[in-house]
Amino acid sequence: MQREDNGKPTGEQALKIAALVSVGRHPVTGRTRRAEYDARAVEIGFSLAKGEDLYLVHAGECSPEAEAALRGYLGMGIGAIDVLQQPAGSDVVPALEAWLRTAAPRIVLCGARGETGEGSGLVPFLLAERLGWSLVSGLAEVESVVRDTMTVLQALPRGQRRRLKVRLPAVVTVDGAAHAARQSAFGPARRGELRRKAFGTNPDGAAREWTIAPARKRPKRLKIVKASSARDRFKAAAAKAEGSGGQVLNGVPAQQGAEAILKLLREEGVLR
Amino acid sequence: MLDVVLPILIFAALALALAGAVRRVRLWRQGRPSPVSVLGGLAAMPRRYLVDLHHVVARDKVFANTHVATGGGFVAAAVLLILVHGFQLESRLLSWALLAATAVMFAGALRVAARRKNPPARLSRGPWMRLPKSLFAFASGVFLVTLPTAGVLPASFGGWALAAVLALAVAWGIGEMFLGMAWGGPMKHAFAGALHLAFHRRPERFGGGRSTGLKPLDLKDSTAPLGVGKPADFTWNQLLGFDACVQCGRCEAMCPAFAAGQPLNPKKLIQDMVVGLAGGTDAAYAGSPYPGKPVGEHGGDAHSPIVLRDVREGRALVDAETLWSCTTCRACVEECPMMIEHVDAIVDMRRFLTMEHGNTPNKGREVLENLATTDNPGGFDPASRMNWAADLDLPLMAKRGTADVLLWMGDGAFDMRNQRTLRALVKVLRAAQVDFAVLGNEELDSGDVARRLGDEASFQTLAVRNAATLAKYRFREIVTCDPHSVHVLKNEYPAFGASYTVTHHSTFISNLMEKGRLTLGEWTGGRVTYHDPCYLGRYNGEYEAPRKALKGIGIKVVEMERSGFRSRCCGGGGGAPITDIPGKRRIPDMRIEEINATKAEVVAVGCPQCTAMLEGVVGPRPEVLDIAELVAAQLVTAPAPARRAEEALEAEVAA
Repeated sequence: MQREDNGKPTGEQALKIAALVSVGRHPVTGRTRRAEYDARAVEIGFSLAKGEDLYLVHAGECSPEAEAALRGYLGMGIGAIDVLQQPAGSDVVPALEAWLRTAAPRIVLCGARGETGEGSGLVPFLLAERLGWSLVSGLAEVESVVRDTMTVLQALPRGQRRRLKVRLPAVVTVDGAAHAARQSAFGPARRGELRRKAFGTNPDGAAREWTIAPARKRPKRLKIVKASSARDRFKAAAAKAEGSGGQVLNGVPAQQGAEAILKLLREEGVLR
Repeated sequence: MLDVVLPILIFAALALALAGAVRRVRLWRQGRPSPVSVLGGLAAMPRRYLVDLHHVVARDKVFANTHVATGGGFVAAAVLLILVHGFQLESRLLSWALLAATAVMFAGALRVAARRKNPPARLSRGPWMRLPKSLFAFASGVFLVTLPTAGVLPASFGGWALAAVLALAVAWGIGEMFLGMAWGGPMKHAFAGALHLAFHRRPERFGGGRSTGLKPLDLKDSTAPLGVGKPADFTWNQLLGFDACVQCGRCEAMCPAFAAGQPLNPKKLIQDMVVGLAGGTDAAYAGSPYPGKPVGEHGGDAHSPIVLRDVREGRALVDAETLWSCTTCRACVEECPMMIEHVDAIVDMRRFLTMEHGNTPNKGREVLENLATTDNPGGFDPASRMNWAADLDLPLMAKRGTADVLLWMGDGAFDMRNQRTLRALVKVLRAAQVDFAVLGNEELDSGDVARRLGDEASFQTLAVRNAATLAKYRFREIVTCDPHSVHVLKNEYPAFGASYTVTHHSTFISNLMEKGRLTLGEWTGGRVTYHDPCYLGRYNGEYEAPRKALKGIGIKVVEMERSGFRSRCCGGGGGAPITDIPGKRRIPDMRIEEINATKAEVVAVGCPQCTAMLEGVVGPRPEVLDIAELVAAQLVTAPAPARRAEEALEAEVAA
């Protein structure tokens, strides 16, 4: 991983980067911490911008636990985090949108998946839509930034990568395939500043109707590999997930398409 | 002529030495404050020098005598020289005493010269090679100029040419001995060493005491540096301690990391700190380098960083990997005749690397994050801490509230190998009908690894939380099979308000044996050797109990060449397996070689780390068994009282 040699920011002026950070939750103990994917986003931010051009922002409650978790990001060597104070159950998107419009970064980084609340799941998509900026999901690495475009590697399943050219400004979600976040150190975490900012609150009407349950592991279809040699087993394990026996329906009437879907669902036993 | 030249020479040298001494003291005072009792320390100094220091030096009998002759002879000669030739006191008695002193010193110098003829690798060369010559110059010069004053020769003997030659010899001797002491020659060790003994940061070490717990950082004071980032961040008496080093290399000869070819040499590290406090580069260093690192590329001063944040920025005083090679086994500290505290210094610098740079190598980040989120270094579910004892029905403190013995499980509770040891220990405790209980899932990691990796913040959090848990219950003592826990609970928790009697299981078992509470069979296996864990031996002085426990089951321990206080580390301490700095070989491999040399079939151990490290060595190697396992295997099935009851029952049935 020769991350330094990739001819990073080559723009004439300093590249302004923002990273959206959320409060994480340890999967076993449930303790708050810096969120794994968001921390990777901050790490990418470090590779693109010098300390003062990297802005961190968090929108949400600022409880003592949340503060401890946010200090986890400060410990990576960030001077300050802007905390847009939002009470529990409010929609953070408008606050973030307003903040991004004022700060006007060229790249907005965030983790592909948060660990608590709405985290960063849909937030980047909503923000990109409202701001009219490009969106890249599942980023593994930023290869170069030249003026108004950046070249990135997008992570695909099974270690595959897709090189994309993206027009800036852009919102980017960072995948678990990105470089691991650096250690968070006690000294900078203690010195760093949480700049609390009051922001207009928007109650999240949609979220009120949701029922929230702990995530379960998604059931996985059993894949039976009938292979006689190690080579076959390896090929089966490393092969691209190819749809076999599927159908591509293009330009067919809606009725016919719906029937095809229903037929498949019955075959698979989803509908009985 | 000499009676004019000598006083001038002596008093000029004394004045210059005084100026040098003031300069040296100012160099030390660059460090941070550390309260010491100045008068008390100075008053205690002669005893510390003559008893404690000599006790360490005397491990090498020949050299101890050499040093007594040379050093003692010189001190006496210097005082008498000032009286006889400086103040020109006309006393035959003093003159004869001076002749005797210089003769003794000369004899000592002969031995010094003999040792310097073909010096072992651990000794530094450079200026140290001229020291015997300087000693000769001083001793013989002063001897000869004293012959006339003692009345052996007429005052006018030899004329001015001989007088000039003698004056030159005396000048050379005085230059090395008086000026070198204060301005930084080999004799600096006498001046700095004496004051270091007086103002030592761990005065408890003198008079046969022990002080091994690391000093806590005051994290509430946000202006204090987090550990040591530049030489001036050390306390002034730590800097003084570095300056006391005689470069005898006994530490180097004992250091397991140095022997394994990892980039650490305790002697060089202390010399680098001297370079740091005085400013300059290590080019003048004339001893063994850090393995794989050429001398002359590092340097710095008191106010510039010791380690650079990023290796690409170049080089500073020391490379980070040097600091991370240490296993904190304390072999260097144990062996140092000057009682320098290498491990304190290394952990101080590691604190800065972890808490300011956020740069703990290899698995360090993962382990420290696990400790913060799951309270154990492995990142296991803290609710599964008791899984190893699911079938043992262990009494929980939370239910009992009180017990004679609190069995501290340690993080070995998550390790399948150590679970066997724990189960064996429980078996022994039950056989002896000990009233014990465990904390169960309330127990957290003791914080040992966090502290050695420099994460003082995580350590203190764990210590405070553990101390609060312990305070809830009543018990007589804590027993554990992990010497690291023994050390932390016994020596480092008192600073956090938790002072308890903490006993290693080997001590506890040998006490049970003495009280006759265990019915044991005799060992019928083959030869057994015993590997002393650093954190039980050098950290806590417990060498006897494990051997007694083994003797109690009829094992005659075949001792290794390096055992007791000179035992070699297994390589598992100080977070060394986590930071994993590469060397030429592995420390546990070297230890198994030493174990194999005893032709033992079993190596008895008393530490989960040692077990893991030694078992990780490829065969052929002896079986690694914990003392608890060896004792448990010799338990005669039913404990004595129960058997008596059974016999009574049988008798009844028969009747």
